[in-house]
Amino acid sequence: MRGLANRVDTRHFRVRAVRRRVPVLKGITSSMISLFRYILVAGISFVILYPLLVRFSASLMQESDLYDLTVQWIPKSPSLANYRIALDFMEYPQAFVNTFSLAVVVSVAQLLACSFIGYGFARFQYPGSNVVFALVIFTLLVPPQMIMVPLFLNFRFFDLFGVLPDPGINLIGSNWPFLMLAVTGTGMRNGLFIYIMRQFFRGFSQELEEAAYVDGAGPLKTFVLVMIPNAVPVMITVFLFAFVWQWNDLFYVNLFLTRDIKVLPFTLSTLANNYQYYMERSEGVRLAPQYLSVINNAGMLLFIAPLIAIYAFLQRYFVESIERSGIVG
Amino acid sequence: MSRNRRLKLSLSGQRRLMGVLFTMPFIIGFVLFFLYPFIQSLIFSTCELKVTRSGFELTPVGLENYTYAVGVDPWFRRHFVSTMVRTLTDVPVIVIFSTFAASLLNQQFKGRTLARVVFFLPVILSANVVMSLARWDYMQSAAASAIDSVFVEQGIFSAAQTLGNLLRELKIPVGFTSFILAAIDRIPQVVSASGIQILIILAALQSIPSSLYEVSMIEGATAWESFWKITFPMISPLLLTAAVYTIIDSFTSPYNDLVNYIETTVWSGGGYGVSAAMSWIYFAAIAVVVGLFIGLVSKRLFYER
Repeated sequence: MRGLANRVDTRHFRVRAVRRRVPVLKGITSSMISLFRYILVAGISFVILYPLLVRFSASLMQESDLYDLTVQWIPKSPSLANYRIALDFMEYPQAFVNTFSLAVVVSVAQLLACSFIGYGFARFQYPGSNVVFALVIFTLLVPPQMIMVPLFLNFRFFDLFGVLPDPGINLIGSNWPFLMLAVTGTGMRNGLFIYIMRQFFRGFSQELEEAAYVDGAGPLKTFVLVMIPNAVPVMITVFLFAFVWQWNDLFYVNLFLTRDIKVLPFTLSTLANNYQYYMERSEGVRLAPQYLSVINNAGMLLFIAPLIAIYAFLQRYFVESIERSGIVG
Repeated sequence: MSRNRRLKLSLSGQRRLMGVLFTMPFIIGFVLFFLYPFIQSLIFSTCELKVTRSGFELTPVGLENYTYAVGVDPWFRRHFVSTMVRTLTDVPVIVIFSTFAASLLNQQFKGRTLARVVFFLPVILSANVVMSLARWDYMQSAAASAIDSVFVEQGIFSAAQTLGNLLRELKIPVGFTSFILAAIDRIPQVVSASGIQILIILAALQSIPSSLYEVSMIEGATAWESFWKITFPMISPLLLTAAVYTIIDSFTSPYNDLVNYIETTVWSGGGYGVSAAMSWIYFAAIAVVVGLFIGLVSKRLFYER
């Protein structure tokens, strides 16, 4: 028995000795970990920001700088000429208005619809509601290219299941297809929004709603007056995603809009070709791919700029919604 | 509350009705704009489609479109294999990277807010248009082989060429080197595709109660152990979500050759019938992959009761 006690004693003594050394070691290790962390964060940030910086620097260059081997980042003769060309050949003012109005309308409609539908899934179970939710996820798993042509045909000869006379109305070239998809929560990646809103409302304690019911509010009133004000950060996040994806969207825009309605993604994609065509026609000049690439860079930045502005404006809410315990799950 | 003379529903009945009403917009939209085109595309894949002024004509051709796609079409098989391989290799890389980035963002350090702002920038910036333009720019300027370090987006890793030379000098087998270089080349793509996944996993990390970590520290667990015994099981359902989302995201990625090819076949290839057949083959393959994945992984997931 005494032998055992002795052994315990020495172990205890040894542990205490080690613990005395640990604080110093811990100080060094924790600042090394901190340094390592900063290196990682800086590295990843660099990978993210590098293309942006490259494009910005390239967009200010003139042709003389392109072939000047001493010029790497800072052009010797910076000019905004590329931006002027891009603005012109992207028909920027008109395209901006078109794209912006479409994106705002669609993203607000999607946001409201998906919140509404998500709330329904979160609070009101009915037989088959799980199946319907599985269908929501299913809409995400189908490549949009698969239903591309039938969807086009549906909107081209839109007859609401035979209610309207043959051959129906032509909705192509208007914003109606976008609106219809948005309002029913079946637009681009809306399944994700419905999922996010459902998870959020599910995680919400029921007390507020019950208080509203006690006060005599129906579910709709409760939704509008109680749930929506509490969901603002999440809704801003969803709005941000919806807006950005609609702004960037070329697929649905090519499908539902005609060539005369200019939207930015489309004019950006044809910028180089348009400019080259114009230069060949008017001045008989063939442009080098590097120069066209620089024009493209200017165009890309013009395209991204409004998104960065909106992100800068909303990022506070966006990051805040992450700060809380989870928008998802 | 409200008394309706015709129909008196119990409270649970009322709630069920509310559920139906709230989700009705989706049900309508699903049937009109999804289910109907979905079935139509299956029918179209067995026909030849011609769009006329007042509608469209269908001539049934059975499985001819499928055999054409798999057997005769010059590009389908190639694109199919390369896209499936790319998707399958991207998913683990993106999920692992997102977990890594999310756990970085979850720690306390000065400048964390700024880091979060920067890390989510790719969601804003990785526009389909921009990335496909950048991709074609790369090819153009690479072909012109002028100054490539400024314009090539992946030229960030033209340093990778130097690394490649170094590795070759060290007599490391070529296959290994080219694998490493290919992986490095993909880093920008992986980083820019990870935005939403980082968000999902970050939310998951934040929902783990910190008391679990405190208890494990008292019990003497190392960081490695606490990751595999606490963090990993707790976020595992959302890792699955992130993985599935990555697959979904790949459908609209500009690097997805197959989907681009499916689109161009409509206008300048075998027509929509063939395109529909191709997309059904692709969809079936994806469904099998996702189904297998969920089936294999579900049992191992840990759900907190």
